[in-house]
Amino acid sequence: MSELFQGYSEAAARSGAYDEMFAPGQLARKSYGQVAGALSELSLADVTARADSMARTFLDRGVTFDYAGEERPFPLDIVPRVIPADEWDVLERGVAQRVHALEAFLNDVYGRMSVVSDGVIPRQLVTTSAHFHRAVHGFEPAGGVRVHVSGIDVVRDSAGTFRVLEDNVRVPSGVSYVLENRQAMAKGLPEAFGQQHIRPVEEYPRRLLSALRKTAPSGVDDPTVVVLTPGVFNSAYFEHTLLAGLMGVELVEGRDLICRGNRVYMRTTAGEQRVDVIYKRIDDDFLDPLQFRSDSMLGCPGLVNAARAGGVTIANAVGNGVADDKLVYSYVPDLIRYYLHEEPVIANVDTFRLEEKEAREHVLDRLEELVVKPVDGSGGKGLVIGPDASKEELDALRKRVIADPRGWIAQPVLQLSTVPTLSGDRFGPRHVDLRPFAVNDGDDVWVLPGGLTRVALKEGSLIVNSSQGGGSKDTWVLADTPQLPAEALPRQTVTVREQVSVWPVESNWRDRQTDQQQ
Amino acid sequence: MLSRIAESLFWIGRYVERADGTARILDVHLERLNHLPLEEQRSVARALLAVMGARPQSEDFGLPELLHSLAYDKQSASSIAGALSAARENARRARETVSSSMWEGLNTTYYGLNQHRKDVVGTYRFCNWVLERTAMVRGLADSTVSHDESWLFLVLGRSLERADMTARMLSTRDVQSAGMSWVNMLRCAGAYESFLRTRRAAFGDQHAAEFLLLDRLFPRSIVFALRDADECLAKLDPSAQRVGFINDARRIVGQARTFLEFHRTDDLMSELPEHMERVQKAVTQASDAISRKYFNQADEHAWVGEVS
Repeated sequence: MSELFQGYSEAAARSGAYDEMFAPGQLARKSYGQVAGALSELSLADVTARADSMARTFLDRGVTFDYAGEERPFPLDIVPRVIPADEWDVLERGVAQRVHALEAFLNDVYGRMSVVSDGVIPRQLVTTSAHFHRAVHGFEPAGGVRVHVSGIDVVRDSAGTFRVLEDNVRVPSGVSYVLENRQAMAKGLPEAFGQQHIRPVEEYPRRLLSALRKTAPSGVDDPTVVVLTPGVFNSAYFEHTLLAGLMGVELVEGRDLICRGNRVYMRTTAGEQRVDVIYKRIDDDFLDPLQFRSDSMLGCPGLVNAARAGGVTIANAVGNGVADDKLVYSYVPDLIRYYLHEEPVIANVDTFRLEEKEAREHVLDRLEELVVKPVDGSGGKGLVIGPDASKEELDALRKRVIADPRGWIAQPVLQLSTVPTLSGDRFGPRHVDLRPFAVNDGDDVWVLPGGLTRVALKEGSLIVNSSQGGGSKDTWVLADTPQLPAEALPRQTVTVREQVSVWPVESNWRDRQTDQQQ
Repeated sequence: MLSRIAESLFWIGRYVERADGTARILDVHLERLNHLPLEEQRSVARALLAVMGARPQSEDFGLPELLHSLAYDKQSASSIAGALSAARENARRARETVSSSMWEGLNTTYYGLNQHRKDVVGTYRFCNWVLERTAMVRGLADSTVSHDESWLFLVLGRSLERADMTARMLSTRDVQSAGMSWVNMLRCAGAYESFLRTRRAAFGDQHAAEFLLLDRLFPRSIVFALRDADECLAKLDPSAQRVGFINDARRIVGQARTFLEFHRTDDLMSELPEHMERVQKAVTQASDAISRKYFNQADEHAWVGEVS
């Protein structure tokens, strides 16, 4: 292995995490064979030059996220994360299973609440959730789907087992980077693609569009789909434009929409045009000033009523946040058993519910060993990692937990798995997570092969969020059956296509002319 | 298409053309400004700024300040950098509609704005670079955007701004006390060679002005640009074919063009200031009328009741 990997095994041993690329003893795992081979050919100068050119391309193409009012390129590391087919198979089944369960749960919660009357979860769990929206209680959304798009975050613990870290069924973002990363990697590290078959990701926009069209209100022949963005200052604006562009649909802001008679229209140069499906990339709280925050300028008044009347499909459905609640998360394995009569394919991370007195006392005694998270946080906001926190932080946290035990959960510190990542002049192990994206069209849950691998760029850091200095990696899922046979067969000669002629017969004056010249 | 997107495209067209026109004007005038005594230089700098439709920020306004406000000031839409930033911002808002190569062209231009020396010599290079980049963006737009409604709005903005910019170019003639030579004026519009080939021996102020104002075939002449705008407007609104116009913008553009085209005069030079003023006014009015007809969102966020 080249000098780029000098000191890697020592660093990996220090962290004690499962390394995705190397088995103990610095031996590349089988799935990483091609990548390891390609990297060993490269010198430091090669790698830096390629990383620079990849970053430059991202800036030129505008692959950025907004951070504190500034556009920043999303750092993409040059070493991909590779998932072998058998591992992916488990993940795929696990994610789809979870989406089915959450879909059933949301339908139930906004309907008969049989999950409560059957004693699976306490009623209080639902009614105290900040994202349980009474405004959407008691109706089935047009099209019948609530979780059109989901991003279930999974991590790998030190034993190498995948576990679900959290569910995102409101507005999961990041899929644009999956699409862009693959393009950038094809140019940045073409050698590593080699002979293996990596499952493609570019069908995502097509799948999404067809799912959105399929769930349009009934009676619409050719549904008009739009993407609703909060606007150019949103951190994920790039993603909104990319998805709208790749689906070939309009990207609208709240001010482009108007609700009239429980139908939604958009203002176009040719007057108002009916909108049937809204792919909503805006938080519920800002969606409809009539129902939620009345000071919101981002949404459009009347959307929720239109959805209730079945005049428009909103994807994902309003009110999904209750399934993202981290305290609800701790019940998801039970929900899977209750609704699907199956055992969970991917386990949860052990979670302490702080409302339970025993668990709370146990947690408060060991705050410095645990991760404590707010139940409705996202993007790593408000989370406290015990071993890294100062005494003052822990004391403050203790007070807040005692004041509002419903608002927090505690989990053991997971040593997330690591992947080699370029840092300065060599590769070092950095912690990663994985967000596979799933699209649900009502009949089928399709999981995008791969997903977004986020990586914490600081050594030892466990926080991978882009707003806190995280980067990303291209995620490769290897196909089960390689498209090319192991031994390259002698290349078949290309069969010459028979020439088809459809044009009228040419007049032959030119031929005659050449004859005459001869 | 969405009104908001149409508006963005219209302004991309205008801003890119504005950057191009401003770069041309600045490039030609810098040369002369450098030769002038300091006092005169300052008054000419002020006058030039006024022609471009801006006001000096401070009492102390000389050549460096002129460079700042016409070339590098990103806050002001009448500077090159400001116009290109605004064009890029508009493209960002309409990104799913414009082609990716056009967006990348504008985006890389935006990131290139800071990579120039901001002295007089650097500004020459800067102006040249801007001409190249804007030409590239125009070319990419022409060859990668479908020539449908979105493209029409782009070209509409471009041609209106072009008429306005040529009018300003002609107005800057009076700014320099010694008067700007007609050769420079033609160079400014990139029209020198075309002019020579068409007019052969006939040259002089009058002919040069006539060429830039009235020539039906030179793309940067005012009549040509207004005709372009008129054609776009006609394609955008094919409803009024037989009699009259319900579209204010068409009336304004059409009246301006036909007056110029059919106006007969023996002394163009003395009329020139009025022509220029009226052309600029027509462009402003047309732009307003277009906004009213196609982009207006005055009733945004209005609460519309549940009765249909």
